[in-house]
Amino acid sequence: MKLIKAILKPFKLEEVREALTEIGVRGMTVSEVKGFGAQSGHTEIYRGAEYTVNFVPKVMLEIVVAADVVDQVVETIMTTAKTDKIGDGKIFVLDVEQIVRVRTGETNEDAI
Amino acid sequence: MKPTTYIPMIAAAALVPTVGFAQEVDTTPTNAEIGFIFTTFMFLVTGVLVFWMAAGFTMLEAGLVRSKNVTMQLTKNMALFSLAAIAYYLVGYNLMYPGDGWTISNILGAFSPTALEPVGLDGVEPDLTYASVGSDFFFQLMFCAATASIVSGALAERIKLWPFLVFVVVLTAFIYPIQASWKWGGGFLDQMGFQDFAGSTVVHSVGGWAALVGALILGPRIGKYKDGRTIPMMGSNLPLATLGTFILWMGWFGFNGGSQLYMDTAANVADISRILSNTNAAAAGGAVAALILTQLFYKKPDLTMILNGALAGLVAITAEPLTPSLGAATLIGAVGGVIVVFAVPFLDKLKIDDVVGAIPVHLFAGIWGTLAVAFNTQSTFENEAGEEVTRSMMAQMFIQLESIVIVGAFVVVASAVLWLLLKSIVGIRVSEEAEIAGLDAAELGMDAYPEFTKG
Repeated sequence: MKLIKAILKPFKLEEVREALTEIGVRGMTVSEVKGFGAQSGHTEIYRGAEYTVNFVPKVMLEIVVAADVVDQVVETIMTTAKTDKIGDGKIFVLDVEQIVRVRTGETNEDAI
Repeated sequence: MKPTTYIPMIAAAALVPTVGFAQEVDTTPTNAEIGFIFTTFMFLVTGVLVFWMAAGFTMLEAGLVRSKNVTMQLTKNMALFSLAAIAYYLVGYNLMYPGDGWTISNILGAFSPTALEPVGLDGVEPDLTYASVGSDFFFQLMFCAATASIVSGALAERIKLWPFLVFVVVLTAFIYPIQASWKWGGGFLDQMGFQDFAGSTVVHSVGGWAALVGALILGPRIGKYKDGRTIPMMGSNLPLATLGTFILWMGWFGFNGGSQLYMDTAANVADISRILSNTNAAAAGGAVAALILTQLFYKKPDLTMILNGALAGLVAITAEPLTPSLGAATLIGAVGGVIVVFAVPFLDKLKIDDVVGAIPVHLFAGIWGTLAVAFNTQSTFENEAGEEVTRSMMAQMFIQLESIVIVGAFVVVASAVLWLLLKSIVGIRVSEEAEIAGLDAAELGMDAYPEFTKG
């Protein structure tokens, strides 16, 4: 069982969700986040005072899947979210120790 | 209506030519009474427009403060308007318009609560050359409240609620009415030849001076100035700030239009039309000037400056919205917009933290507008031979300047004393923790924009 955390450009969210639904991903969690990587920040001016926008708005998608489909899911996110411009985001894959479905008490693979 | 009820009416109608003829009274109001009716009506309508500026100030301020201080800003505006209404009724109105009842001739007005005409004008002959006392009071009260609104924006996000409200009461009961009596009550500035049609100085710069002194004594918000740099603190809701600006712009038609004070002749109605058109032109000039300048200076237009620019244009034209041409009014307003774009960063350099730009808009553009009067309007005086003579532009300019200094000195001293008194007795600034947490949570326990539902 793996947890995939993908940090993406917000306007790509809907496209990625559709692509993932098509390959059979049944659930995901999304949060609005801010951050920076290679894209870094840029400067703006508000009422005559200059400031740097360090944190750029992004969405973070969290998906738990069985180990055997991880590569397919990561590949799908990558190809869908890609714009070839700086700031497209990153995908992290982490091990998951345990899953419990709150309603039924099912665990692990059964609970995905 | 039932058919039977017609019968007596028809009978009565049939009797009119015979019975009614002998008793017929002409109920057409006299010309003087018609003038009284129209002027009174005009004061009520324009007074309602000026009242609505309270909503404009409130929305502008709510939009330009950070989200953690919005409820407090709304609370302050609601409270200050209501307190101003009571203070002006109890003390302000007669202090400002003493008639012949000056306590100190042409300097200090009368001390008594406002009394309206009796119901149905019972036993009272109204002054048919003007308007009802009730409409005049209603209209003037709104100006007084506007002065207090100006102060609240500049001192937002760090001042304690109650000391601020105490200041508002003194401002609206005493400081504003006393200086306003010098011009509009027929006091010594009026006799000197000072011109201020709707209050670039009497209203706006008074609010601006009180705000400036308050901002100096209160100090900037935590984190606003760091290592010689200004840290921007973004407004929380620009749609509200923009709505507030448009509401103020609309209210200003009442502010300046009603200040014609008469709507009893064709000439007066035509003048009011000029005033509304000029007022609008000046706001447009101010907004466009700020739009172009921020684009040139900062590569991107700054909406908050454009909003301030429109308001500065309005403040600038307020001292004389009648005599300029549409072109001159646009230019007077545009200079107001230019002033804002330069004055906002200038105040930041001096570390004077004015949250919504009230000081550039109301004080600096107010001074500009008051001086600009001299270009278009010069007052008259009686020379030694008893002839009515119009002053030269320079003479008028000097009188305008002198009046700005006199009013400024009075308001600065009076507000400084009051702010310092409040500071030493109860303190005027919230604690550091409260300021960081936001006044909504710390002082009110109520969020304007709850981000999470609480069950």
